[in-house]
Amino acid sequence: MIRIEPRNANSAIFSYGVPILSAFIALILASIPLWFAGAPVLISYVEMAKGVFGSKFAFSEMLTRATPLMFTGLAAALAFRAKLWNIGAEGQLYLGAMAAAAIGTGLIEAPAFILLPLIIAFGCAAGSVGMVVPALLKTRYGADEVVTTLLLNFIIIIFLQYMLEGPLKDPMGLGWPQSSPILDQGMLPPLMERMRVHSGLVIAIVCALIAQFMLARSVWGFKLRAVGENVFAARHAGIKVNRTILSAALISGALAGMAGVSEVAGLKGYLTSDLSPGFGYVGIIVAMLAGLSPIGVVISALFIASVFVGADSMSRAMGVSSYLADLVVSTSLLCVLIGGFFSRFKMVRTSLKGQN
Amino acid sequence: MVEIFQILLSESFWAASLRIATPLIFGVLGALICEKSGVLNLGIEGIFVAGAMSGWMAVWLGAGLWGGVLVAALAGGFFGLIHAILTVPLGLSQHVSGLGVTLFATSVSYFSYRTALPNVSSPPRIEPFRPLEIPILSELPFIGAVFSQQTAMTWLALFMVGLVWYVMNRTGLGVAIKAVGDNPNSVDAQGLSVYGLRIGAIVAGSALMALGGAFLTMSAFDAFFFGMVNGRGWICIALVIFASWKPGKALLGALLFGAFDALQVRMQTEVGAIIPSQVFLAAPYILSIVALVIAARRAEYPRALLTPWFKGQR
Repeated sequence: MIRIEPRNANSAIFSYGVPILSAFIALILASIPLWFAGAPVLISYVEMAKGVFGSKFAFSEMLTRATPLMFTGLAAALAFRAKLWNIGAEGQLYLGAMAAAAIGTGLIEAPAFILLPLIIAFGCAAGSVGMVVPALLKTRYGADEVVTTLLLNFIIIIFLQYMLEGPLKDPMGLGWPQSSPILDQGMLPPLMERMRVHSGLVIAIVCALIAQFMLARSVWGFKLRAVGENVFAARHAGIKVNRTILSAALISGALAGMAGVSEVAGLKGYLTSDLSPGFGYVGIIVAMLAGLSPIGVVISALFIASVFVGADSMSRAMGVSSYLADLVVSTSLLCVLIGGFFSRFKMVRTSLKGQN
Repeated sequence: MVEIFQILLSESFWAASLRIATPLIFGVLGALICEKSGVLNLGIEGIFVAGAMSGWMAVWLGAGLWGGVLVAALAGGFFGLIHAILTVPLGLSQHVSGLGVTLFATSVSYFSYRTALPNVSSPPRIEPFRPLEIPILSELPFIGAVFSQQTAMTWLALFMVGLVWYVMNRTGLGVAIKAVGDNPNSVDAQGLSVYGLRIGAIVAGSALMALGGAFLTMSAFDAFFFGMVNGRGWICIALVIFASWKPGKALLGALLFGAFDALQVRMQTEVGAIIPSQVFLAAPYILSIVALVIAARRAEYPRALLTPWFKGQR
């Protein structure tokens, strides 16, 4: 007989080892689809690595891709810590992006030190609204936030299409559904010359540090963790559960909204309906791979961005579909889930005889 | 207003409602079976994609239409099994595992499609299911016209409603599945396998979900497109709560939804000039949220839903 028993202590080897091993296994498993696609496996891996570390430009592209993933990863990590299943980061990202485009394309003419904070504030606020509504539907009516946030993603993207065909449409855009360009003084400054990586990355890392501190050291962080770990015990201890859930929703939505701000006002400079290739959903994987730790989110976002950027460049060189990246990333989530099980439980061989 | 009545009285409107409802019927029934056994299956959206892609691909490779249906069901069962292993014996978070399965199934489907057809801009078409003429039924006034436009897959969906109802309410297996979703300890005490029942229910439910996807590529359309599932799986998760986990109500919910969707398409042509088309596009999703909020208060969830169960641990 094999019995499953919880491990007594969560050892450091497991909490750091499992995500790293999972990422590694997912990369190795990618050789199966590569082989199916008929590509020489080893050369493909070399091409993938070159696509990330091959040049200064390649590396900066990886950092550019990691930036929105850090924001959406933090959005998922903080909400999941409170067992608030925010699956709506994709929609909240677009709400943030729409707010940034609405404010930054000429509505307000102001110098950078006024305009930039305004764009960020409105972008975050828009993202917050996108998460507070489902959180209220959960606390007031008991409507499952998984379903409402998922469905809101679709509603918000349809709303985005309306905005891009109407109020936000660029009159000079030759009929393309895109917004006018963000004013120069509304753009997040670039970090390196002639590269696309921008100061959104710095903001993301600062957000992660603050979140890490708040979660580990502040009263709010304690309440959040308490609600997430045992809602009955938290209520018994006098923690206002609904208020804590709403505060988590507010911050989670703001971070997702910031992902949209950073893409519009940091990278693209204007808003289109294909701004995000699923950053909101990938953020969930980033968060899980990080074990819901904010600092971990930074590292796992770098890893997942490497997979995407590396696979993109490999697929151009080898003619393999770039959906390989999504395959590797989703496999790494399944691996880390299974690994997480073995770090929390152990298999114990039990004999039927001699049990006293 | 007169236009609405004209729409509601037209045969084509009801035929379209039933057609739109068909994938949802499969999806809601599948989700219902999983949740009745105590496991939420958010893999549904990806399983829809996998069913749509694999069924279509099998037909395109020459398997025949029913061969395609079988392949889709097997693909659904496979991804269901992954979710089952992660959530039942391993007892992992059903939310995260389900989303993982959705992302995995979607990327496997998209990657396989692109690898099989690297350089096509418009996907190759298959010969889809044709509308089925039922001898006496098709001669009836009105009803005949509504039903004679439906394909064999819609009939299969309607048959499944009856089958699922019968199994859940009239057989020992159904009693056991419901019990394992309410009180797994009691099932264990009866000497039945909690793991076996739950894994079986998830695999069977996932196979049904995949048929909903297969309907899209093999009956509603004749080709596979990226993003064609478009949230239908998530809508099913909302509808199953609305249907309070009852097959008959699931049929009703899917039909209401189909009717609403068919109505909005027709309204769009009537008042499209005044109201932006996006209002109509968003309507089905908004309706799902409204239905969820209304139903959530009095929803009686299976009592052990989302709670993992380990053998020998009370």
